[in-house]
Amino acid sequence: MPSDARSATLRDAIGLGVAVGLYGVAFGAAAAGAGLDTWQAVTLSALMFTGASQFALVGVLGAGGGAFAAVGSALLLGTRNTVYGVRLAPMLAPRGLLRRAGAAHWVIDETTAMAVAAPDRELGRLAFWVTGATIYLGWNVTTLIGSLGAAALGATAQAALDAIVPAAFLALLWPRLRRTAREPWVQRRVALGGAVVALALTPFVPAGVQVVLAVVAVALAGRPRTAATP
Amino acid sequence: MSSGTLWAVVLVGSLGCYLLKLTGLSVPAAWVERPWVTRVVEFVPAALLAALVAVQAATSGRDLVVDGRLVGLAVAALALALRAPFIVVLALAGAAGALVHVLTG
Repeated sequence: MPSDARSATLRDAIGLGVAVGLYGVAFGAAAAGAGLDTWQAVTLSALMFTGASQFALVGVLGAGGGAFAAVGSALLLGTRNTVYGVRLAPMLAPRGLLRRAGAAHWVIDETTAMAVAAPDRELGRLAFWVTGATIYLGWNVTTLIGSLGAAALGATAQAALDAIVPAAFLALLWPRLRRTAREPWVQRRVALGGAVVALALTPFVPAGVQVVLAVVAVALAGRPRTAATP
Repeated sequence: MSSGTLWAVVLVGSLGCYLLKLTGLSVPAAWVERPWVTRVVEFVPAALLAALVAVQAATSGRDLVVDGRLVGLAVAALALALRAPFIVVLALAGAAGALVHVLTG
């Protein structure tokens, strides 16, 4: 039934948007903890709108990192959206500069996953736009809530927030390490390598730079496998 | 870092991330879909997110430190392994961090 598939797509897209909204509270709180004011936190959610990059940027700033390390880590994490765009381009086929510019803003993990999982092209497009709209709204509103909420915290609550930020990064990383992920053992090897490189460099480089340099751990992934090539 | 520098970081980072997205929709697929490019891009998040976990949980400036954050991280890992929802993972990690803070003064 096409209408069933349509409402299922809408339901999944909206459900995902609400779930992702919860990350926005954590992001807003993390941004406040890193010294960004509420306007800066909300501007990141409105203009950058790619969660892992935003978390990385405020994570590096929170660790005392400089501007280049903060922007560099955000950009490195943003590269996967380029690959998503390439995969989505034939499905979205955005006509005209304006529509393409608008679609590009919403090319993120969740919209790509929903669009690619849809049974056909039309539902894929619907999934992309509805997921994008729901997440965009939820993510920005909850960033505002998280940022304002964190500003009102005392010392014990601040200690709680300090523990929440690494936990939030772990929660972002976790699905990539699951047995159901593609090549989970390679992902785990690369993740372990990234953590070891970052900790080993911490005493020797300016804050935040160790995060950017941890990208060398990608070498542990080895050569592309011909079978895994799309 | 001054407010002006912070704004510059926010705006330059946002513009860069947007251009990365726009590039994907605009360039021929063959430019990006080379085996080694997709391989690197597929594994960058694991390396960087793990580095951020380590730095956020176990460092302060240039020192490696053990405090409530590491306890919170261990609790979060356990909760994730038990497939707890995101909000529960964060609440447990935060509670563990706050508890250590109260106990150790």
